[in-house]
Amino acid sequence: MSDLVSREAGTVAVRASALSKSFRMHLQGGLELPVVEGASFEVHAGECVVLGGPSGAGKSSILKMLYGNYAATGGEILIRHGEAMVDLVAASPRLVLAIRRETLGYVSQFLRTVPRVAAIDVVAEPLVARGIDAATARERAARTLERLNLPQRLWQLPPATFSGGEQQRVNIARGFITDHPVLLLDEPTASLDAANRRVVIEMIAQKKAQGVAQIGIFHDEEVREAVADRIIDVRGFGPARAA
Amino acid sequence: MTMLDETPLLSVAGLSRYYGERVGCRDVSFEVYPGEVLAIVGESGSGKTTLLNCISTRLEPSAGSVSYRMRDGESRDLYRMSEAERRLLMRTDWGFVHQNPADGLRMTVSAGANVGERLMAVGERHYGRIRDTATHWLSRVEIAADRIDDQPRAFSGGMRQRLQIARNLVTGPRLVFMDEPTGGLDVSVQARLLDLLRGLVNDLGLAAIVVTHDLAVARLLSHRMIVMKDGRVVEEGLTDRVLDDPQAPYTQLLVSSILQV
Amino acid sequence: MSAATALGEDLATYNFAYLDEQTKRMIRRAILKAIAIPGYQVPFASREMPMPYGWGTGGVQVTASILGPQDVLKVIDQGADDTTNAVSIRAFFQKVASVAVTTKTREATIIQTRHRIPEEKLQAGQVLVYQVPIPEPLRFLEPRETETRKMHALEEYGLMHVKLYEDIARHGHIATTYAYPVLVSGRYVMDPSPTPKFDNPKMDMSEALQLFGAGREKRIYAIPPHTRVVSLDFEDHPFEIQTFDEPCALCGAEGVYLDEVILDDRGGRMFVCSDTDHCEDRRAAGHRGSMSPDEAYAGHGKGEGEAAR
Repeated sequence: MSDLVSREAGTVAVRASALSKSFRMHLQGGLELPVVEGASFEVHAGECVVLGGPSGAGKSSILKMLYGNYAATGGEILIRHGEAMVDLVAASPRLVLAIRRETLGYVSQFLRTVPRVAAIDVVAEPLVARGIDAATARERAARTLERLNLPQRLWQLPPATFSGGEQQRVNIARGFITDHPVLLLDEPTASLDAANRRVVIEMIAQKKAQGVAQIGIFHDEEVREAVADRIIDVRGFGPARAA
Repeated sequence: MTMLDETPLLSVAGLSRYYGERVGCRDVSFEVYPGEVLAIVGESGSGKTTLLNCISTRLEPSAGSVSYRMRDGESRDLYRMSEAERRLLMRTDWGFVHQNPADGLRMTVSAGANVGERLMAVGERHYGRIRDTATHWLSRVEIAADRIDDQPRAFSGGMRQRLQIARNLVTGPRLVFMDEPTGGLDVSVQARLLDLLRGLVNDLGLAAIVVTHDLAVARLLSHRMIVMKDGRVVEEGLTDRVLDDPQAPYTQLLVSSILQV
Repeated sequence: MSAATALGEDLATYNFAYLDEQTKRMIRRAILKAIAIPGYQVPFASREMPMPYGWGTGGVQVTASILGPQDVLKVIDQGADDTTNAVSIRAFFQKVASVAVTTKTREATIIQTRHRIPEEKLQAGQVLVYQVPIPEPLRFLEPRETETRKMHALEEYGLMHVKLYEDIARHGHIATTYAYPVLVSGRYVMDPSPTPKFDNPKMDMSEALQLFGAGREKRIYAIPPHTRVVSLDFEDHPFEIQTFDEPCALCGAEGVYLDEVILDDRGGRMFVCSDTDHCEDRRAAGHRGSMSPDEAYAGHGKGEGEAAR
């Protein structure tokens, strides 16, 4: 029911206002390192927004703040969580965890592997965490891995020893398998070949059609062109300008 | 949507413990909710073990309160309960995994009896059922069924630690305390144990409080973490946030001190 | 049974039976407390006795404290009246208290025992005094006295079943055959001293008062008459007493506890009543076993046979 509300095209899914981030480096005598200042934007359901700008402009920091992985120094991030708009910056750790479980998905650049867990279970885990039974979750994990052309002989192996591209596909499968209404994508195609890049482009398009709001960083121009509805140039939020 | 208004399983308020003039831990407050894993990290001497002992009724605090929500839903102050009630709690609704398995196991009785002891303590009087349950739990912690009559003296360090975990989980506790559960184990054995713990915590919906100086253990097992220094909490929050974007000077030092492999 | 009455009136009973009056008062207080809390181990200030620890110093102190000039004393060791320990203790009390002694169970008012309960049912008014080497049933699994006391106080007796579990796991059945733990009056787990478990049912609802004295360990405990005494067990491995394939070779008795007596070095042996008084009674009544000597028999010479454990 709540999903219907959030996925009506045009509904605001994420709204960042006056978001800022600076690192205080206590080991360097308290050096203050501002990276983002006054970032304000909206992302709607069914839309894929790409954060653009050169390296070091703060794209990754913004994405990490949107996930609650970095603590914002100022501003707010409202996320439609169920029926309500919740401020992620002020949310308690438990609320952040609940938002991640139900609303906010994340595909990181690198897979943080867990020893001994088979690739298929790594992929199925977010579904199991949301209360789906293990057999169904594995079945869906298998279909997703198949779609990403990960050889079946690898499914039962822990991904620690996989190549970069194979790990990335496990990571993408894990991120895309749920039906989170908001998805954050941190260079998901960086180490993929052309064929698999196209699969990911398809998957992003499919998520859009399902009404998922997506915010991503893509260095690959071809992918960016293919998926972006809008590009937000984060240079506009650079501290230099604000200073 | 998750209900966030549920009451905590354990709440700690203003907890302090002094050893004469010296401070063990000072003014610590936090809450643990059902199914949540909390890591308490810090270097040795930071007060994390004192804190663990105070919240698990093993050491009386100098000030503050610790309350626990009993199975009947009522929250009780641990230090206002009778000793009999506290001990009953410790062997039914709680588990305690010691760093050194010899502290948590009976080394001279068989693995089966080690696992079965808690059942017998709560009145189970059917040998066959006790043995079946023990066999089941040994398999959950990956100990072969034919080792059930061996004493833990004959087990490796990793097996002993897994046996200790089985012994604690057999009564279906809701809260487990762990003191450096992977300390003193080889890295490969550590990985296996962590993976096992992670699986059990997820499957059983256990709440756990894990004391560790190993940030990798905290990252793998915990949802939230508390960083302690000199008996005080210097930082707390979501585990990945604390580790990826540490705010307090000490946490930054701790995180930057990890050796990269 | 009661000792000196009014002080000074009868000098013969002042400091009667070896112990001084202060000591007896202290021990009697411990006994009264023990009777009031069945199965609970009451600490007492055990005295040095003129015999080594392990020879029944606890039982002797209890007996000396309850003994009066009118009492009739019987002492048995492993069921026999004529073994060293029994003979010595009987002689001791004859010397220090000049009391009448007997080997007949039914004639005795006080029976001090090591390792057996007489076969003949005890009567109201009789007192059975046990010599106890180790009073703490939890000792072998939990060596800390502070902890075992706490376990008794809080009725944490899971550990007792751990011991029985280990028995079954190792031997397929509960292999504990003596000092078999019992639950007294639904509250305290108690060590019945190293009597064979065969005797455990006799403790239950006994007409007689049962007192236990541990001299080295300085503990006294008691089972008052008509008290429930239940042997611990598992539902699927219930408590059972020993059974013997053959009757007593001398008196033909069945359903009694038998000792094995080695006859020669070629494997010859016989099984005879451990309770010598009971055996003699039966033979006097004309009962005979498979190896009974003829009419000229004058008591079977026992004393070498430790009870089969």
